[in-house]
Amino acid sequence: MKDIIAILENNAKATAKEIAALTGRSTKEVEELIDQAEKQKIILGYKTVINRDLLYNGEEVLAFVEVRMTPQHDLGFDGIAQRIARFPEVRSLQLMSGDYDLAVLISGNTMQQVASFVAMKLAALQEVNATTTHFLLKRYKEDGIILNQDEGTRRLPLSP
Amino acid sequence: MNDKNAKSTASRILSERVQNLSPSGIRKFFDIIASMDDVISLGVGEPDFVTPWHIREAAITSLESGHTMYTSNFGLMELRLEIAAHIRKLYEVNYDPSNEILVTVGVSEALDLVMRSILDPGDEVIVPEPTYVSYVPCIALAGGIPVDVPTTMENSFQVTAADIESRITPRTKAILLGYPNNPTGAVMTRDAMLEISNLAIKYDLTVISDEVYDRLVYGVEHTCFPSLPQMKHKSVLLGGFSKAYAMTGWRIGYACANADIIEAMMKIHQYTMLCAPIQGQMAALEALRFGETEVENMRLEYDRRRRLMVNGLLSIGLDCVDPLGAFYTFPSIRSTRLTSEEFAEQLLLEEKVAVVPGSAFGESGEGHVRCCYAVSQKEIEGALERIERFIKKFK
Repeated sequence: MKDIIAILENNAKATAKEIAALTGRSTKEVEELIDQAEKQKIILGYKTVINRDLLYNGEEVLAFVEVRMTPQHDLGFDGIAQRIARFPEVRSLQLMSGDYDLAVLISGNTMQQVASFVAMKLAALQEVNATTTHFLLKRYKEDGIILNQDEGTRRLPLSP
Repeated sequence: MNDKNAKSTASRILSERVQNLSPSGIRKFFDIIASMDDVISLGVGEPDFVTPWHIREAAITSLESGHTMYTSNFGLMELRLEIAAHIRKLYEVNYDPSNEILVTVGVSEALDLVMRSILDPGDEVIVPEPTYVSYVPCIALAGGIPVDVPTTMENSFQVTAADIESRITPRTKAILLGYPNNPTGAVMTRDAMLEISNLAIKYDLTVISDEVYDRLVYGVEHTCFPSLPQMKHKSVLLGGFSKAYAMTGWRIGYACANADIIEAMMKIHQYTMLCAPIQGQMAALEALRFGETEVENMRLEYDRRRRLMVNGLLSIGLDCVDPLGAFYTFPSIRSTRLTSEEFAEQLLLEEKVAVVPGSAFGESGEGHVRCCYAVSQKEIEGALERIERFIKKFK
């Protein structure tokens, strides 16, 4: 299955027929394995990598928030993390080792909107002890893709 | 000056040896491609990946820290130590980095050096065909006589010890092998290599094994010729960084052999090249230390494209052996009744797809063309569509 996922990870638009040609499996077998991976939640979705700077032209604000918190009895960080994850403003959320506990990526239309979410929702949670907010200034790489890079091949058209 | 005069002047000035060299089989296609847009080239002979960033970064750092001087004629000791460790780890062959390894300007230089080191005028070198374009000229430039052993698609381009033995004469000095093979993609089995190693012992021959594609094999294991019993001292291993690490332009290769041969090769190398460029050596060092993940990722990608290309060629009706190594397919174009050169030229002019005519790799390459699959999936699909349209006319 890993051979199929390796292709889909780089190109979610690859069809079962194309993947079959690349892996030497039959189209039917590829379809079945993809279906299986979806059911097992190995494949969580098919998203498009977007150059958001070009699309929103600065009209989207992103902030990376470090959250320090007190773990809950029996639940540790899981209960509160799941609550935070439900807010649509939260784009991604991870538990980290080190100086802080949760890494939260928040998006909004304006800086005020993001700041207000942090102050009114996130920092206001009882278990949250402190937050540090870092606003995103510029993107250089998105999901493994380097932005604004022209590194085309400069090969000779023929070589021995 | 008219052409005739130019010719006679050239023949007066140029050595006979050079005048006797055949011109490159791909030269004229360059000029045609240069005048065209939208060409899909399957005529390339190098990876389409740029050298992995950490390797480039290491070379930049080496420049920043002032590594701009000559190195030892043999190459940086650190690099030779890594090469020795690398070969030991992969193939369990032990070369002494102090006198059994020479770092060269690509495998090309190593090939030239070994021929000049071992050949006297008139000595014969047996070369299976189709053969990489440099083998025969390098033998000839060193004063040797290339003796070809044709192989065919019917035998999956496998050379047999019997075929080789039938060409051995008292003047035979060496056998030159290049597996995984450019242009056929053939990989030689361990058993077949063992039979050739027996010939090397029986007739006291040196085997030169160009293994620059050793890391690019698919579903089979590469056998390193010097790893066979008694072969370390009867062979010269040529290896390099160009293909596995996508480092063609850095021009770094190496030769491993017994100390006498390496000393002889180093003698020529020190007078003609002095040493391989230090930036390339620093980059190669980084590649050996930290490049393994990329090597495997690139191999997996070539393998996917290989399937696409081979199945594509078969489905449009071009017969083709499943190539188990390197990144070439060598389909037969006999069904079109064109020569390989006519096929390549007409395909380029009519459909803007560049391939290399099989005749560029020796007579037994006639009837085939070399299609490289180190190109993007999209280009492979586009090229196959165009080739299909082209060959339909001949049905």
